[in-house]
Amino acid sequence: MSNSHRTGDRRILWLLLSFLFAFGLWEAAGRWPISVAFSPFSQTFLAMVRMVANGSLLKAYASTVQPLIIGFIICGIVGGGFGIWMGLSRTTEWFSLPFFIILQAAPMAAVIPLVTYIYGIGLTSKVLAVAVLAAPVIVMNSYKGIRNTPPSLIQMCRAFLGTRTQVVVKIILPHAAAMIFTGLRLGLAMGFIGVVIAELLITPTGIGDLISYHSSVADFPEMFAAVASIVLIAAVTIHGLERLERRLFPPEVRGS
Amino acid sequence: MSADAIVELKGIGKTYETGVEALREVNHSFPAGKLSTLLGPSGCGKTTLLKIIGGLIPATTGEVLVEGKRVEGPGAERAFVFQDFALLPWATVLRNIAFGLELRGVPKEERFEIARKLIGEVGLVGFESSYPHQLSGGMRQRVGLARALAVDANIILMDEPFSSVDEQTRRKFQEELLDLLRHRQKTVIFVTHSIEEAAYLSDRIVLLSARPGTVSQIIQPNVDRSSESPDEIRRDKNYLDAVDQIWQVLKKYL
Amino acid sequence: MKLFGKKIPLSVSLLFWALVWELVGRFGFSSIFPPLSRVIVVGASILTTEKFIKAVEISLRSFAIGMALALVVGMTLGVLMARVKAVGRTLGTWVNVFVSAPISALVPILMGVLGIGESTVVATVFLFAVFVIILDTQVGIRKADQSLIEMARSFGARRVQIYTKVLILSALPEILAGIRLGAIRGVKGVVIGQLLVSIIGVGELFELYSKHFLMEEFWALVIVVFAFAFLISEGIAYLERRVEYYAGAR
Repeated sequence: MSNSHRTGDRRILWLLLSFLFAFGLWEAAGRWPISVAFSPFSQTFLAMVRMVANGSLLKAYASTVQPLIIGFIICGIVGGGFGIWMGLSRTTEWFSLPFFIILQAAPMAAVIPLVTYIYGIGLTSKVLAVAVLAAPVIVMNSYKGIRNTPPSLIQMCRAFLGTRTQVVVKIILPHAAAMIFTGLRLGLAMGFIGVVIAELLITPTGIGDLISYHSSVADFPEMFAAVASIVLIAAVTIHGLERLERRLFPPEVRGS
Repeated sequence: MSADAIVELKGIGKTYETGVEALREVNHSFPAGKLSTLLGPSGCGKTTLLKIIGGLIPATTGEVLVEGKRVEGPGAERAFVFQDFALLPWATVLRNIAFGLELRGVPKEERFEIARKLIGEVGLVGFESSYPHQLSGGMRQRVGLARALAVDANIILMDEPFSSVDEQTRRKFQEELLDLLRHRQKTVIFVTHSIEEAAYLSDRIVLLSARPGTVSQIIQPNVDRSSESPDEIRRDKNYLDAVDQIWQVLKKYL
Repeated sequence: MKLFGKKIPLSVSLLFWALVWELVGRFGFSSIFPPLSRVIVVGASILTTEKFIKAVEISLRSFAIGMALALVVGMTLGVLMARVKAVGRTLGTWVNVFVSAPISALVPILMGVLGIGESTVVATVFLFAVFVIILDTQVGIRKADQSLIEMARSFGARRVQIYTKVLILSALPEILAGIRLGAIRGVKGVVIGQLLVSIIGVGELFELYSKHFLMEEFWALVIVVFAFAFLISEGIAYLERRVEYYAGAR
């Protein structure tokens, strides 16, 4: 018992140290005359407190979070479902795989301006921006999860007279669940990127707009604070999902 | 063709898509209620043959008759024990053992009851709720064996079941297997590359030639297992003679 | 691989979609998708214009410089973090934060500090690529076979030799995987950086074509950029496969 306490304490110690290190560096960089636009940690922190207090941060996120969640849910269900279909059906795989392989490597952000010009500066564009960036990774991960099912387990199931449905439900899907979850986690990270780009480019709402606005009026501490906030929120969310993933799908139980 | 042949192989041949001919003109009848072993040099196709008997791979030519009926796929009268265990990593030992029954729609209480009894027989008491990754290789194979016994098939096909465990555990397994089978009327077809194992366990040994595999020789060790202790068997003259005989045949293929 | 009696290779399905694209365009189902043939024709014609060549040149330059920096810094830090516990523990949290963070949010800061130009794009490419390179290099070095290192030491290898002859090579599969992911992110970095800076490179062109609804030009550029990203990714994947053979025997 005491041993795990010690390693737990040590971890917290290192965490604190790494925070001190990073924030110290940030502060120093801010005070150095590199650029008047670089706001040191202290000022950024104060600006963040101000923005939380006056509600501007909250208002911005209320707007940003909507397309993020809507886009993610749509993408998760449709994309995940499609990836599973690709994994189970050779025909579907043949038609779609080259497509998604290219999409995974491609800078999908290039189509975001087009999306906003076609669909305007509202919620639809933002949802599409999230979906377009998140879809490839969600689809591919679901597909790979299905495809990578160890053939030995499938053969075992058939040896004990499992029907095709039973093979899918009892072997393939439980095995693929871990990778599907990973895909969703990575998809959410891409979703964050998509919504930020969409907001930085055009739409006058949300955290992206907050960043652009403060940048344009040279309120650099406020701009830094807004940027730090989205980075922080994304990091905490994705990290939380990672921990959930490790608890739901410990590596030993994932199999192959 | 003996009257109590339960598995008959007629002209079995297997050629893979890559052009490799694994088996050629394999003919044999396996007697019911006995343990027969397929033994041969590496790559002779013994696992392939076993999987054909199990209905997991189709033969290119010839046919397999089980209890007089032609084999088209897996069947309820045959159970398979896999070399790499093939356990569901996300399921408990209990569920894994009951898996064959689960696939057949046996209600939960009933199949867990059967599984629990087998846990006692294979020596896994206390591990009902454990997961495969928490077990050693030897214990995992006990689960695989229990799973095959749970479905109460007449014929058990075992694909090098003990090759992934250490020598000492392997010896123990051989003894325990004979014990388990003693009280059951099962036909066992066993694949191994260990000469000692074949001589120790088998009523009959079918030696396969090198690729393309075909039946090269049949040896009957004639070891009287009912009266001797496990250790005595290993010093029995018939056992030692069988080992030597097998080795003389296999040496030619190396 | 569909079977009409024979296996049809995967790449043929792309041809199928090319055909679909052509037909969709010809029947005018959507003004967003002009026929593929026109896209190719227009694409070929803009390829030689000065504006296009300049945009591609700037983009490639930013990509190359940004990636070079990311490789040097990334691999060095990755090795350091794996071998020196203190460095690993201090920087570890931050690498993990930034590897999945929306780095595009940092671009306005870069613009403020570095101005509206190429340096911002280079910095964007760097930031997009470096963290995954650090992470994968670190993993690779950590996983490196301890027994190989012991073996080298027992034969009297000096520190430098252990690094160059054993460690880095042993970690090569992971390092290459990280570089491939980094390169893909780097391409995204070029596009996103230029979209946000909006006055140079292919990002500017994307913005321009979208705004004026020049769909043939837009899709031609999409094909060029996507093909580039894909080729880089496959090129490095090829190297990965060449090295993969010993990953199994480690």
